[in-house]
Amino acid sequence: MNPDNYLYLSAILFTLGALGVLIRRNAIVVFMCIELMLNAANLAFVTFSRMHGALDGQVIAFFTMVVAAAEVVVGLAIIISVFRTRRSASVDDANLLKY
Amino acid sequence: MSHGYLSPTGLEIAFVLIGLVTLGSGLLVVTVKNLVHAALWLLVCMGSIAVEYLLLTAELLAWIQVLIYAGAIIVLFLFGLMLTRAPIGPTEELNVRHRWPALIVGLGAAGTLVTVIVQAYQHTWFDPRGAVPLGSGEALGTQLFKYWVLPFEVLSVLLLAALVGAIVLSRRGRDTEEAEA
Repeated sequence: MNPDNYLYLSAILFTLGALGVLIRRNAIVVFMCIELMLNAANLAFVTFSRMHGALDGQVIAFFTMVVAAAEVVVGLAIIISVFRTRRSASVDDANLLKY
Repeated sequence: MSHGYLSPTGLEIAFVLIGLVTLGSGLLVVTVKNLVHAALWLLVCMGSIAVEYLLLTAELLAWIQVLIYAGAIIVLFLFGLMLTRAPIGPTEELNVRHRWPALIVGLGAAGTLVTVIVQAYQHTWFDPRGAVPLGSGEALGTQLFKYWVLPFEVLSVLLLAALVGAIVLSRRGRDTEEAEA
């Protein structure tokens, strides 16, 4: 099978995630779209690993997942602390660094 | 070693079907108006990506995907939506002024990526499944602890830092308590 197809899937999924980051307003949904982009990159890594017959791509995808988990934890803590001060989770309302 | 669960043709058919599920649920994550439904469609998307990993012989990674993404991260997102009192039901949040510029940027990015892939990989083919190492727990663990030990240890420090950071950020400080009182 041609590896193109997996890479197309990964590219289109990445674009969908980027589009979501651009058009969504709720900070948590923006976060979900970032996860979509990370997953698309992971899929490309695993495809390359399959293509070259080496496991390094899979190890890097594993590391990406761990970093993504840490990122989600800290990001949600930030969104919730913004929500506490501004009573809104919309990215349009968070326009000041210090409130 | 690996005889695979499916014949080569079966693999391609499975790829197309699962790929359609992945793209459809990804599109719904971006476009659906109900925020909780977006999180649930993300769950479908993560699950189907796990199946794609299985088709690519990355067995351990598929399980980690199910455990971390489908299991932990989606639950965190749902908790976040509830803690920030996300509106239940359809919202107005897709009515943004810059929708068309965003769509043009998205289409441009997709076109560029697909062109690059066509140029780079149109004459490449996968080796047969039996010829490549299987991403089982044993193989991936050997690789990880033979060649990737230092990044692995650094990641454990990162996880600790994220843990402490999340506690510090979400703790109610004295000034916010006074402000709310």
